[in-house]
Amino acid sequence: MNTGRAKETAILGLLLVVSFGDAHAGVLPEDRADVLYHLYDGGGVAIDGPSILVRKQVGKSTSFVTNYYIDMVSSASIDVITTASPYSEERKQWSLGMDYLRGNTTMSLGYTSSVESDFDATTYSLSVSQDMFGDLTTLTMSYAFGDDIVGSSIDPAFERDNTRQYYGIGLTQILTRNLITSLNFETITDEGFLNNPYRSVRYADPTVGLGYSYEPELYPNTRTSNAIGLRAKYYLPYRAAIEAEYRYFTDTWDIDGHTAAISYVHPMGPWTFTAKYRFHDQTGAAFFQDLFSRSQATNFRGRDKELSPLTSNTFKLAASYEFIGGAEGWGFIKKGTVNASIDVLNVDYHEFRDVSTGALLGEEPLYTLGADIVQLFFSFWY
Amino acid sequence: MKIGAVGRFLLPVLLLAGLAGCSNIEPWVKPYERDRLADPIMALDMAPVSSSYIQHVYEAREGARGGEGAAGGGCGCN
Repeated sequence: MNTGRAKETAILGLLLVVSFGDAHAGVLPEDRADVLYHLYDGGGVAIDGPSILVRKQVGKSTSFVTNYYIDMVSSASIDVITTASPYSEERKQWSLGMDYLRGNTTMSLGYTSSVESDFDATTYSLSVSQDMFGDLTTLTMSYAFGDDIVGSSIDPAFERDNTRQYYGIGLTQILTRNLITSLNFETITDEGFLNNPYRSVRYADPTVGLGYSYEPELYPNTRTSNAIGLRAKYYLPYRAAIEAEYRYFTDTWDIDGHTAAISYVHPMGPWTFTAKYRFHDQTGAAFFQDLFSRSQATNFRGRDKELSPLTSNTFKLAASYEFIGGAEGWGFIKKGTVNASIDVLNVDYHEFRDVSTGALLGEEPLYTLGADIVQLFFSFWY
Repeated sequence: MKIGAVGRFLLPVLLLAGLAGCSNIEPWVKPYERDRLADPIMALDMAPVSSSYIQHVYEAREGARGGEGAAGGGCGCN
């Protein structure tokens, strides 16, 4: 049974087209290929699989990019063990993008398709980047449209639609010979079936021994979110870089979030080491409750732990080793790196309780999640 | 609500476009001073395949989304 996957899939399509459409205005992105293995392991969920990205310039002014990505999911998460049965499934995603350079302007188009047994997502994107002020400033405007079809493995006749629109403006600015900054503003609007067809909410029920029962969650049919992000990267007096990031997030479900991160990049011969710390804190959605007072207590109700007030901390370590480089290269390959990273993620939920402990109603401990995220990948430039 | 969002989206764009069209700002970081910015360690997105994956993980584990993209990342180094 697929619990807790719908939202993740829907957002990824947007992420990919926007991220891989990361063109430098005035210069086409470098030709490169990446072969990545990813593993997420935590909270009873293991997700792993490959991601392959290939980018190639064709002619003088056009660059194509394609990505193939697979998630193999095996889930016995807290949601699953308390209200459903562990499951396995697979999600496959394919995307294609094109960048066209004309003068100081880069125009990008993208298409992403994601397919799993009970969720299909298709995203189309368009962006324009313009270099200005002697190439010190890059302004990017982007728009994407997502169309999802939500199904259910329990009920083959169940089918609901979502549409999503994304508006983004980004400004990248060189401030000094050592400092580059970027400012991004994104508005995302959703309309349609936004909750998960499998997930339930918990309500007090004195008629049963446990003291509570479950009923399906019910979300509003619309959501609009705004996020503003600021990043600054500084070249230190020796060859190393430090980067700071901050993001403020707010949406019409009353989630407000602050995210901040700091990272340090240190090259050493053929090696490049990166260390990063990231912090995120958010309020909960207006309709989130861990335990509703009765059945159908409110118009909208949800118990998705990601909609709970929460705080997360992540520590990352990454290493990259350049095994092809210098003047000679390897045939047509100019440069090659092998890369490994681990992110240790810890999430503390401030209202979502762990009912799997069997504690008395209202006395269950707050849930915490720890996850390790491992990436291994090769990158080639040609 | 939607009109408001689109308006907020377009206003700074129009302002900047106007600024770009009318002004003749002298680049204060000359092309020959951009060697450090051109160093791969200064890329705002050093590994796109990796950063989009990790953003996906955060989108799935947290209630927030968006605003983290490296917009352009153009340093005009080449």
